[in-house]
Formats: sequence, C-alpha cells, structure tokens
Amino acid sequence: MSSNEIAIAVKGLEKSYKNTPVLKGVDFQVEKGSIFALLGPNGSGKTTMVKILATLLKQNNGQAIVNGFDVSLQPEQVRQSISLTGQFAAVDEVLTGRENLIMMARLRHLPHPRQVADDLLERFGLTDASHRKAAIYSGGMRRRLDIAMSLVGNPSLIFLDEPSTGLDPEARIVVWEIVKKLARGGTTVFLTTQYLEEAEQLADTIAILHNGKIIASGTLEALKQLFPPAKVEYIEKQPTLEEIFLAIVGTKTTY
Amino acid sequence: METIKNYFFIDLGVMLGRSMRHVSRSMDTIITVTIMPIAMMLLFVYVLGGAIQTGSDNYVNYLLPGILLIAIANSVGYTSFRLFTDVQRGIFERFHSMPIARSAALWGHVLTSLVSNVISLIVIILVALLMGFRSPAGLASWLAIAGILAMFTLALTWIAVIPGLTAKTIDGASAIAYPIHFLPLISSAFVPTKSMPSGVRAFAEHQPVTSIVEAIRALLYHQPVGNGIWVALGWCGGITLLAYFFAMRVYKRRG
Repeated sequence: MSSNEIAIAVKGLEKSYKNTPVLKGVDFQVEKGSIFALLGPNGSGKTTMVKILATLLKQNNGQAIVNGFDVSLQPEQVRQSISLTGQFAAVDEVLTGRENLIMMARLRHLPHPRQVADDLLERFGLTDASHRKAAIYSGGMRRRLDIAMSLVGNPSLIFLDEPSTGLDPEARIVVWEIVKKLARGGTTVFLTTQYLEEAEQLADTIAILHNGKIIASGTLEALKQLFPPAKVEYIEKQPTLEEIFLAIVGTKTTY
Repeated sequence: METIKNYFFIDLGVMLGRSMRHVSRSMDTIITVTIMPIAMMLLFVYVLGGAIQTGSDNYVNYLLPGILLIAIANSVGYTSFRLFTDVQRGIFERFHSMPIARSAALWGHVLTSLVSNVISLIVIILVALLMGFRSPAGLASWLAIAGILAMFTLALTWIAVIPGLTAKTIDGASAIAYPIHFLPLISSAFVPTKSMPSGVRAFAEHQPVTSIVEAIRALLYHQPVGNGIWVALGWCGGITLLAYFFAMRVYKRRG
C-alpha cells in the first residue's frame, strides 16, 4: 500500500487515564474507501481510540496519521476531512431534524445549507419528520439523523462509534445499508462494535482490540485462516429469533 | 488556523441562533426569567408595597433595579442546564471534532445568556413603565446602567458555566442557581438595609448585589453615585475574571 491509499495509520499508540492504561501500543492501518471495524468488548478502549483519531483526546505516546495529517500536530487539518458520529446520537433535541442539518451545513460553511439539509432528509427517509423536534424521534430515526448530520459536507472519512447499539433489528439493518452505501460511494468508514455479526456483515478489515492491544487483524478470510480448517458437519439449521422476528414484521431494508 | 479564525463570528452566530431557540422554545425558561420577576414586581408593589417604607413616593421606582437583578440571577441556572445537556449528549464532542473555532461552542452559550437577558429586561422595564415607573435619567446614565447589567450578567454566567461543564448529574448542574437566587433577596433590592437586624445588615451591605442595586438606583434618579459604582464594577469585574479563568481551565482540560 502506498501512503496515499491509507486513510488511517496508527503506530505504537498509548493512552492512560491517570494511572490506568487503556491503550498499550496499538498498531493498525485503514485503507482508503474501505470499511474498517474495531471489534472489542465494552471497556476495551474502542471509544478512546476513536476520540484520539477524531482529535478529542491526546495520546500519551505513539503516532496517529489521519488522511495524511498527524492528529496531535495538525488537528485542524484532520477535522477538515473527518466526521464523528459518537456513541450516543448527538442530535439537538430541541431543534427539528431539518434545523439540525441546516446548523451542520452552516458550521461546515457550505453555500446552500437548506438545500443540503433537504437532500439529506430525502436520502435518509426523514422528509416527513423534518419539521418535528428530534426529541420525539424513535431511536432508529435519531440514529439516521445523527449519521446524516455527519455526512454534511461529504467528509472522506467517517467514524461511527457503536452505530447500532440500542437499535432494534430493523433499524440496525437500515444503518448497515447506509454504511455499505457510503463505502460504495468511496467514503472510508471506521466503525467500532461489540457485535461480531456487525463486523462480519460490514467490514473489509477487522481488528480485535483486547486489553489495550490489537490481538488480531485482517480480512474476515484472513482471520478465519487463523483457526483450524472448517470441518464439514451436517446440522439442522434452526431460524434465529431475529430471523423469525424479521420475517413476521416484514423488514424494509430500503431507507 | 487563519481560515478558522475568519469563521469565528459566523460559527458564533450559528451557535447563538441555536441556543436562542432553546430559550424561546422553553416555556419554563420564559416563565422563570421574565414572567416570575414581573409577578414579583406586581406582588411587591400592589400587595406588600403599601407597608414598605423606602423613602420614595413610588415603590416601583425603588424596586425596579432589584427586580432586574433577580431576572438575571434566575436566568443563569438555565445556562448551566443547557451546557450540561450539550456535554452529556455528546453535542460538544461533535462540534469539537469539526473544523470550527473551539471556543465558539462555549461563547455561544455565554452570548445567548447576554442576548436573552437583554430581551427579558426590556420587557420587564416596559411593564414597570406601565406600573408608573419614571426616571429622569438621560442617555449616558442609561448606557451606564446597561453596562453594569451586562457585567453582572457576564459575571453570573461565567460562574454558571463551571458547573455546566463539570457536573455529573443534572441536579448538580442546576444547584448553582439557588445561592445565586438568594443574593438579591438579602440585599437592599426590596427594602433599605437600615431596617434589617445587624448581622443580616452587615451581610447585605457587603455583598455584591446591594452595591450594584444602589449604583443603578443612583444613576436612575440623579443621585450622586460616589464610590458605590466602583465597588459595584469591582465586584462584577472581579467575579467575571475569576470565573472566566476557572471556566476556561475546565473547558480546556475537557479537551
């Protein structure tokens, strides 16, 4: 990989809170235009990692380069090229969906904020709810608005910190579709998740964060080869409760 | 850096517009900040006023400066509340990961406090005029009064910023409002301090609100302002500087 094909390069990254080490020398690379999943249990340091890459926290040691800029030396340039969707949908509940998007377009200093807002509302199926306060949105709608807000100004790299936590299965599938479409459009997606299935469904590359270190990383195929070859067994496949649920409610996977 | 500096006032304008909507869409805020001080003014003038001896022929003339300070004191708890919500919901993190001037998010709240107080004080003064308030003060005196009120607002607002940024719970964030509410009550806002027992009187005469009330009164009714106005400005300026210093330290430490 040449350096201009790399969206994120992290080397020897360390971070402690007071005397508690959270990241103990993390290394990984994310290719431009790919979906990268940082997989790990709660408290493994995923959010800390995202915050450092999004210039919200400073690391103690090591280096992180985002879109060619060093996060600790050139944070302004990093912020120009990224967008963060935090763990809890950071929407302004007092404002309507449309007002939230217009606000973001103004803060990105785009020429036609209202047009930008209306296009995104349309794209995320929020046009009907656009004049309602975000406070009364459902969890799924709120997350869609949240992601739409991150896409204002078309950043080349988007961070999604646990994008489907707290969502029902239908809403989660909608979010997955959004992520896949983003990557198809050339956006690099960095997501954190604690769900193996989510990483498996979405990611081109997966890194597993455990006790402050990346213990395994690679494509799903590469990770599978770390384990003994699959044995062929015949097992009666029972539908999962999720599949039953989705079959009954008749999931809409379009958004 | 240059480009971001140039956008500071645009970003600040967006932040102001956003949190002014928070004020105007919150009935609770409007009641506490504007309607309650007016109700107090009506109560004191038309119910209790007949029994209060202040040495002025029209009690509303005596009372108005104190009512204005009460309105300001009532408002700053909402600044803590709005800030706290932004921090908790991750809205500040969203702003801070964007290419906008970092301090715009915080100054937006401070400016909102100033602008919303200007509006509510004008409404209160108009009601006082209907109730018979009259002042011989000229333009210069009114400008001086506006300056003192603005400084008082800034002082209390910067105090309120600190719990807004640091509180762990919503109750903690709003707790600052209570001691601030008390200051105007134990001052010469309603009655001259001469009528108070010595201990209370000593407190009332040496706390900031009394000197500010007296300075505004002197400016309104062409009385000699003397040293009192410098004491009032000293209090406002000193509190503002100290609170600003601590608030900025907390804000920067948050990243």
